[in-house]
Amino acid sequence: MKRRKADLQQAPVTFAKGVDERFQASTPLRALLNKVFPDHWSFLLGEIALFSFIILLLTGVFLTLFFDPSMTETAYQGAYPALRGTEMSQAYASSLHLSFEVRGGLFMRQMHHWAALLFMAAIVVHMLRIFFTGAYRKPREANWVIGMALFLLGFLAGFTGYSLPDDGLSGTGLRIASAIMLSIPVVGTWVSASIFGGEFPGHLIIGRFYIAHVLLIPGGLLALITVHLGLVFKQKHTQWPGPMRTNTNVVGERMFPRYALKQGGFFMAVFGTVALLAGLFQINPIWLFGPYRASEVSSASQPDWYVMFLDGLVRLMPNWQIYIGDYSIPPLFWPAVVGLGFFTTAPMAWPWLEARKTGDKRVHNLLERPRDNPERVGIGSMAVTFFLIGTISGGNDVIADKFHISLNAMTWGGRIGLIVLPALAYFIAVRVCLGLQQHDREVLAHGVETGIIRRLPNGQFVEIHQPLGPVDEHGHPVPIEYGGWVVPKKMNRVGALAPAVKGFFYPVEKPSEAPVSPGMPPVSGDTREEITSGRK
Amino acid sequence: MTSDTPARRRLRVFSRRRGAPSRARRRLGAAVRMLAALALAGGVYTAFAPGAFADEPRQLSATALEGKQLYDNSCISCHGRDGQGVDDRGPSLIGVGSASVEFQVGTGRMPMVRQEAQAEQKKPLFDKNQTKQLGQYIQELGGGPQVPEGELVENLDENAEALARGGELFRVNCTSCHGFGGGGGALSSGKFAPSLSASTPEEIYAAMLSGPQNMPVFGDNQLTPEEKREIITYITLQLQEDRDPGGLFNLGRYGPSTEGVAIFLVGITILVFTSLWIAGKS
Repeated sequence: MKRRKADLQQAPVTFAKGVDERFQASTPLRALLNKVFPDHWSFLLGEIALFSFIILLLTGVFLTLFFDPSMTETAYQGAYPALRGTEMSQAYASSLHLSFEVRGGLFMRQMHHWAALLFMAAIVVHMLRIFFTGAYRKPREANWVIGMALFLLGFLAGFTGYSLPDDGLSGTGLRIASAIMLSIPVVGTWVSASIFGGEFPGHLIIGRFYIAHVLLIPGGLLALITVHLGLVFKQKHTQWPGPMRTNTNVVGERMFPRYALKQGGFFMAVFGTVALLAGLFQINPIWLFGPYRASEVSSASQPDWYVMFLDGLVRLMPNWQIYIGDYSIPPLFWPAVVGLGFFTTAPMAWPWLEARKTGDKRVHNLLERPRDNPERVGIGSMAVTFFLIGTISGGNDVIADKFHISLNAMTWGGRIGLIVLPALAYFIAVRVCLGLQQHDREVLAHGVETGIIRRLPNGQFVEIHQPLGPVDEHGHPVPIEYGGWVVPKKMNRVGALAPAVKGFFYPVEKPSEAPVSPGMPPVSGDTREEITSGRK
Repeated sequence: MTSDTPARRRLRVFSRRRGAPSRARRRLGAAVRMLAALALAGGVYTAFAPGAFADEPRQLSATALEGKQLYDNSCISCHGRDGQGVDDRGPSLIGVGSASVEFQVGTGRMPMVRQEAQAEQKKPLFDKNQTKQLGQYIQELGGGPQVPEGELVENLDENAEALARGGELFRVNCTSCHGFGGGGGALSSGKFAPSLSASTPEEIYAAMLSGPQNMPVFGDNQLTPEEKREIITYITLQLQEDRDPGGLFNLGRYGPSTEGVAIFLVGITILVFTSLWIAGKS
């Protein structure tokens, strides 16, 4: 038998050639693999959300293998002694079984919950980056709207998931949700009855939420995320202004190999962080809440953090009940239905509102530094302040208790703060932006402060400035136009010292182009080695 | 009326005397009966009821006398002579029992620093022995609930269901203020339900019996002594022992509010630094 000698070095080539001859893949693949992505740390925030979503899918599939979405009553006989013999729903019993008896089950449940919190947190942080840098401007308005819709879907996914274990806390949350539905004038009773299949809590809600949580909402999320990323691909990622960067090009790294490798590494980092959280921090100890009973409510019953602003607005709402004929509008209606509807949908219109106000219809592929648009930063700060006060008020009983503040004072502080502080935040943010702008212009006009004070013969002291550009015949710097990017403000930044070693790890690679300086001798080339196979 | 002559009246009076007693006579009879009833009731009462006032100083035991010394030094300014209370300063202590004293003084809540929404727990001013003496004094002044002698925590080897029953009772009766993890919670206007993480079985029992500060009284009619012991079993063996799985840190068990803080302080912080690091390596 003749044994063919395999040429290992040629193997990838022959394989790729074979694939291309059959599928003609090289042309589209070349375009794809060579696609350039700009590189900046703030562009990675959205990826945290994407990667958490992948973790959610993976851990969620594991949880479905053991969870039983049934409200049939059973007497618990599992491993947790403090609930043995207690009557509870099958859903709660299977959640306990999953937590205590399934190997790794509690860890997976905690990973799933932490990943959900991280998913929503990353969405919000990513959205703040998009907003404050003006990345939503034409042509990317559609992606802004999709992002808001993703937040809303994530909100629903989180709430349905929070309700599934059917423990005391999630039942309390469901009770509030049903109260919110009931508060809608005229149709409220029908809305609640149709969702719960009759009077709260009924026997259907866990099964219905289960389908919504494992199929409908994730399907919607997956579809919207696909469109979201597809649009980023098609419209290309925005980039910061800077040398060589214009509105019509993209400066960055190719998709393959560097960008893909970085993203792969970042996925591992996100996965590791979620696993770390799940392993170190207890989350949602359902066994302490007990099975849901309408008569049992714990103090400090809060929703997850992304719903807490809604809870806070409900807590701050004064008790104003409106009666119209036979009907009434309870105060809960305003923050919970009108407020939630407004705050999740109205921001979708922001890109068009801003374009209308400024009359700016141009295409923007370059980002704006926040300081260059004080108006936008001011409005964003207002929104963030409003959201923060709502969120803090959502946990105001815990804060009141732990920091020894009267709960009534917390409530009134929240009410007044909700009106006063956003305006204050707007003012401060605008002033800070203007101040930063002015300092940039100052450095461009006069140069960098060197810290060298010179005494003139007449006794006067002057500080020496290092001009950033050429000087005129009197030695005064020629003013430089602001380019929309970082202005060096320290001598180190203009090459007075060797580049410092950046980062908090001992550097793997030494700075390659260190200038000759007494502080740091130049890197010698003779320490390099030829890369070999490693075999001697 | 023409027929109303004196002769006729006399006649009518005469005839009435025959049929029914006169008004004066009826009144006289009623007065006599009333006097007799009063005399009977009063006599029975005097015969059987104790004296309205204690006729001589109480015979206090030696322990209670020591307690009275302490009381007259540290408590009398607010609770008054012989625990009768002072308006707008301190309530009467007649009938609160030694359970209340042992809880309030033993946890340092009494003596109070100042009048405020609720007395704070602090380092006790009196040691265990002195607290017992004070409790004995108040007990002998007017009686009241006492913490029973004996083991207050059920033995789970003999009575395994006590833990689950205690948990159930805890969730029905206690979590609405103290929280599902016993970490405490806020009430209105600066009042609060304290954390149970360091409470001893005796303190919990005394608190349930006496309803200190803003806590309702859970007398033996609401929660039987056995139910009280089951609740104490759940608090001390389940909540305080921290036998929950799920990681090194339970985040104070304050629910989603601390979890929300953790996701930003730990999760987002780590990942923002990671993205700074990854983007910096280019």
